[in-house]
Amino acid sequence: MIKNTALSSYPVVWDKPPFIKRAWLRWSIILGALIYLILALASMDINIQRVMEGLPRAQRFFGSFFPPNFADNQGVVWEGILESIWMAIISTVAGVLLSIPIGLGAARNLAPFWVYMMCRSIIAGSRTFPEIILAIFAVKLFGFGPFAGFIALSLGTIGFFAKLLAEDIENSSESQAEAVKATGANWFQWINYAIQPQVMPRMIGLSVYRLDINFRESAVVGIVGGGGIGATLNTAFSRYEFDVAAAILLVIIAIVMVLEYASSFLRKWVQ
Amino acid sequence: MGAMMAVLHKETDFVWRRRTTKKQVLIWISWLIGLSIVMFAWNVISEKTIWFFVQDAPRQAADIGSRMIPPKWSYIFELITPIWDTINIATLGTVIAMVIAVPVAFCAARNTSPHTTVRLFALFIIVSSRSVNSLIWALMLVFILGPGVLAGTIAIGLRSIGFCAKLLYESIEEIDETQVEAIRATGAGNLQQMIYGILPQVLPTIAGVGIYRWDINIRESTILGLVGAGGIGLQLNGSINTLAWTQVSTILLVILATVFVSEWVSAKVRGAII
Repeated sequence: MIKNTALSSYPVVWDKPPFIKRAWLRWSIILGALIYLILALASMDINIQRVMEGLPRAQRFFGSFFPPNFADNQGVVWEGILESIWMAIISTVAGVLLSIPIGLGAARNLAPFWVYMMCRSIIAGSRTFPEIILAIFAVKLFGFGPFAGFIALSLGTIGFFAKLLAEDIENSSESQAEAVKATGANWFQWINYAIQPQVMPRMIGLSVYRLDINFRESAVVGIVGGGGIGATLNTAFSRYEFDVAAAILLVIIAIVMVLEYASSFLRKWVQ
Repeated sequence: MGAMMAVLHKETDFVWRRRTTKKQVLIWISWLIGLSIVMFAWNVISEKTIWFFVQDAPRQAADIGSRMIPPKWSYIFELITPIWDTINIATLGTVIAMVIAVPVAFCAARNTSPHTTVRLFALFIIVSSRSVNSLIWALMLVFILGPGVLAGTIAIGLRSIGFCAKLLYESIEEIDETQVEAIRATGAGNLQQMIYGILPQVLPTIAGVGIYRWDINIRESTILGLVGAGGIGLQLNGSINTLAWTQVSTILLVILATVFVSEWVSAKVRGAII
């Protein structure tokens, strides 16, 4: 946008064009955001005194994080971590296995309309509720322990995996599917030779990514009784054993980093 | 894949195979290893399971299900303030996250990072923020700030930094260098290059990522109340603990509705931006 200065009609100053071009929209968005911000902050009820009290507490809190205590309590940390890893593995496998039929059903180009609607609503339901709410109910139904966590994480995996699988199938190339169909393949052969090779590389990458998510989530389902490292972490917090909590958090971070590296490596190998 | 066609020689016939024998064996071995890991994991978990409770689950589910119907609709009016709090936690948390994530992303991107050590530090911030769940952040912040909306907001903010910064720095690394070069050719300094060359290219991504994360945060902030960090989770936890199942089903329906609305808003806004 070019401005004319008062002295000469020749433009000398250049202004960046704004991100939102319509002026009324830009200003009403800014105004609306400001009003919302004021209302939100007013209703937040920040107790300055309590925050001030908390600051030295925070210092003590993070101070007692160091040095992290990896060797505490006869290895409960490692036991919890291992339980989380096993839980993440089987819930990913179970979730992916359950997602395959649901994902196939939720792809518009494969499934009849009523199957499509049914599978889509399963996906929507599983995606809406965070794993932790699923875990609360799983604990109510199956009792405390990793089995409840396993059920919750598997159900959470369906919403994620089946949705992406369905979208990938919908985007897969029509011509390859037709070519295989033209050879006289039956439905299973058609899925196996025309659809599966197209979506497989991405699906393997996504399963490793989901494994990573499930491991991270397994750190919280324990807070409501779903087993795994979350239970250990919660115990450490409620016993004020912050050095153990710090050790657990560091181990979680390290494992997530390893998983992230492994997933990018595996994806390269598959493609 | 598939440099050569794999063919099996069988006396006089040639039989088409999808893979060479060596590759096929390798795939079988990896399946075997994977399967044994899964079996082992299953063993560990099932050893720690009390199967009586699992067998009892269908009866329990029917029992809870029957107690949840019909939802207590009059309870909805008591949920207006908690839902407002939940939305505030998500929105303000996203704002905090974006304000911090943008500089972190510029430090983490290979082409804009001032120094390798700064880059490693930024990457560490991203990974640690991503690995620690918002519920755990909230658990810690409730210790420090006391229970309430503020702890939840900051927890959501801290959790979202990593996510937003990761997506942003990947998009910063993928920008078109020629535009930056054009700005540099006019004699612009480093900061000016950033503002006029890089920022306009990533601005849609910044807005898109913010909206996307806001949508996720709405979902996450519904549960923060479980550890006392405000929002509708507080009511959910209270209702579950007092076995008020008709209130629980009302709360779940309200969460469902909120998430649907936020998803719709997010999709619309992202559609308008990109």
